[in-house]
Amino acid sequence: MTSLAPGSPNPAGAPLTASAAESPQAAPAHHAGDDHGGHVDARLFGLATFLVADGMTFAGFFAAYLTFRSVNPLPAGSNYELELILPTINTALLVISSVTFHRAGSNLRSGNRSACRSWLLGTVVLGLAFLAGQMVEYFNLPFGLTDNLFASTFYALTGFHGLHVTLGVICILIVWWQARQGGRISQQEHFGLEAAELYWHFVDGIWVVLYGILYLL
Amino acid sequence: MTVASPTDFEPQGLQPQGWLKYFSFSLDHKVIGLQYLITGFIFYFIGGALAGVIRMELTSPISDFVSRETYNEVLTLHGTVMIFLWIVPVVNGAFGNYLIPFYVGARDMAFPRLNAVAFWLIPPAGILLIASYFIAGGAAQSGWTAYPPLSLTTPAIGQVIWILSVLLLGGSSIFGGINFIATILKLRRPGLKLMQLPMYCWAMLGTSILVVLSTPVLAGTLILLSFDIIAHTGFFNPALGGNVVVYQHLFWFYSHPAVYIMVLPAFGLVSEILPVHARKPLFGYTTMVYSILAIVVLGLIVWAHHMFTSGTPPWMRLFFTIATSFIAVPTGIKFFNWLATLWGGKLALNSAMLFSCGFIVNFVFGGITGVALAQVPFDIHVHDTYFVVGHFHYIVYGGTVFVIFASVYHWYPKFTGRLLNEDLGRLHFLLTFIGFNLCFTPQHWLGLNGMPRRVAEYDPSFTTLNQVSSVGALLMAISTLPFLINVIWSAYSGQIAGDNPWNALTPEWLTASPPPVENWLGEAPLVTHPYDYGVPEGKIDLRVVSGADLWLGGKR
Repeated sequence: MTSLAPGSPNPAGAPLTASAAESPQAAPAHHAGDDHGGHVDARLFGLATFLVADGMTFAGFFAAYLTFRSVNPLPAGSNYELELILPTINTALLVISSVTFHRAGSNLRSGNRSACRSWLLGTVVLGLAFLAGQMVEYFNLPFGLTDNLFASTFYALTGFHGLHVTLGVICILIVWWQARQGGRISQQEHFGLEAAELYWHFVDGIWVVLYGILYLL
Repeated sequence: MTVASPTDFEPQGLQPQGWLKYFSFSLDHKVIGLQYLITGFIFYFIGGALAGVIRMELTSPISDFVSRETYNEVLTLHGTVMIFLWIVPVVNGAFGNYLIPFYVGARDMAFPRLNAVAFWLIPPAGILLIASYFIAGGAAQSGWTAYPPLSLTTPAIGQVIWILSVLLLGGSSIFGGINFIATILKLRRPGLKLMQLPMYCWAMLGTSILVVLSTPVLAGTLILLSFDIIAHTGFFNPALGGNVVVYQHLFWFYSHPAVYIMVLPAFGLVSEILPVHARKPLFGYTTMVYSILAIVVLGLIVWAHHMFTSGTPPWMRLFFTIATSFIAVPTGIKFFNWLATLWGGKLALNSAMLFSCGFIVNFVFGGITGVALAQVPFDIHVHDTYFVVGHFHYIVYGGTVFVIFASVYHWYPKFTGRLLNEDLGRLHFLLTFIGFNLCFTPQHWLGLNGMPRRVAEYDPSFTTLNQVSSVGALLMAISTLPFLINVIWSAYSGQIAGDNPWNALTPEWLTASPPPVENWLGEAPLVTHPYDYGVPEGKIDLRVVSGADLWLGGKR
């Protein structure tokens, strides 16, 4: 507690502040994990905040889709029965890819870098298989982008998600490359991998919701 | 501990020094803050010139000053420039970047590079938007709301550029928001508790939460709108089976919180300025914090009060009326807390204090018309009239812009090391306050009598009040002259301020003016009681005393 009479001169700093040494919670200057330029490492926290924002974009799309569905009747003859087998396989692929990515991370943390790289490549293959499945589905759909409201929303939702998967695959490839070089991804330094993993789980989770409301509902 | 040796950061030696650094990709939060501030003021003058065109056109009931298409472009650009390029960047980006690292006891923001990227998205977006006026077809004509089907039928290129520009600015805003949240929550100096932070930190935390939750929804919506324009999908096009009301819902899910994104930081700034110049502790710190959080929560669930005439069902009208009225409670708490902070204080009636008091007066008036507008029967009567224009400008100009000016007078000594001239400052306040009220008070009468907004022509019976309003606008334009002269002249010849000309207790004043590159030459100070003005040492704990105790404390 400090005091200052109204209008009294206030020599900068001195009487107003307690030095860190007096503070019971003053931490040592360099504690574990604080190796990023004296900064607290807030990068994963920042990424998580960004993913909340990204999730809100999807939430807006989902809300729009559900509202369109409930209040805008489609023109006659456009109530499609969507093929379910391929999207279900695709869902399984993405869920499995989350597991493989997790395996890659735990292998890295236990120091097994070559196994980590293999699991990463496996995740990439699963992601690419998902994208290929999506392409096959697109080419076999009975409607195009501008046919009607459902068609437009379908392509917007799956396309926006597909963009995320594509970016994710690129990120995993970068992480895989860095793990091969060993400089930026190692047992001690694995922010890149953790960031890509968080992002990948997010994209996976969004797909499960999307699959639920687009194909099952 | 966030104390770092100079080598821990970007090698500042590689960056330009002197004035050149303000044109560089600087990572210093203070440089970025001033970049935001100056850029914002440039766009303020552009937006102000556009407002001048609008008021000039409206001095006569017929469309004679500019063509109707130009008028539509001008009013669209005015709204977009003022909101996305002036208020949001300045009240968040400029003061947030400059002050937040000081307030949390850090040497920079959590992500300095992202911070610089967020700023450098703004000039291209602004130039893009302004440039669209000069291309074939002209700028967007559908207002800052870009409602379809209007935005689908006006010239497409201008609208697409508008969308692109707003997307860039939205991205800048989201990056800024992420940075503020991470800085406030993760970069606090050890020993500094959340409930000891200066109020502006809480305001920026609340604002950034709103930015992160609502701006992406606008971005997604505008992407769908651009599909409607470019690829001829039918999301929002009734002719193709689409639904325009869905656009309105998604748009206002961002754009109502956007009002709080513009005004919550102003609440925070004014809460910093009032205690310093009243020499009193900020009244009701804890209630202030919870009010901000309540405004954040309520602000996210009131958007449909902009849509009472869009065929909203009765239950929705009921819910959104009640939720909107509730916002008056936390806002009223803050209002009375400011009054209680002033009560019995030793007020220094300088320019910063005058603009802050102007803010309180204008804002309570805008708040009262806001509660009125939340009531469905009244809202339906004045919907899309000049009453709404008057209300909005009382909140955003009378509220936020007044606080921006107060903040410039308050922190200019910190930015430059020199004081602004008080005589010119008081003249600036007088002209702005009179001009502002002359400009926007008559618009309430106009709206109640049925003058629609966004029109270039109107019934001749509205002429006199419109001319009064235009005279007010002229006064506001003139009022910027003493301000401009003041800031430029004082930068070179103003009275030397010293490190702490206001005898303030918040951490940004406990270092040199202007501050060194990493904010403090030594260790960052631990300021746990930033508002202890006029309180005998050890006698009053701000969090436990009742109001009467504090008032007595202030009068001693």
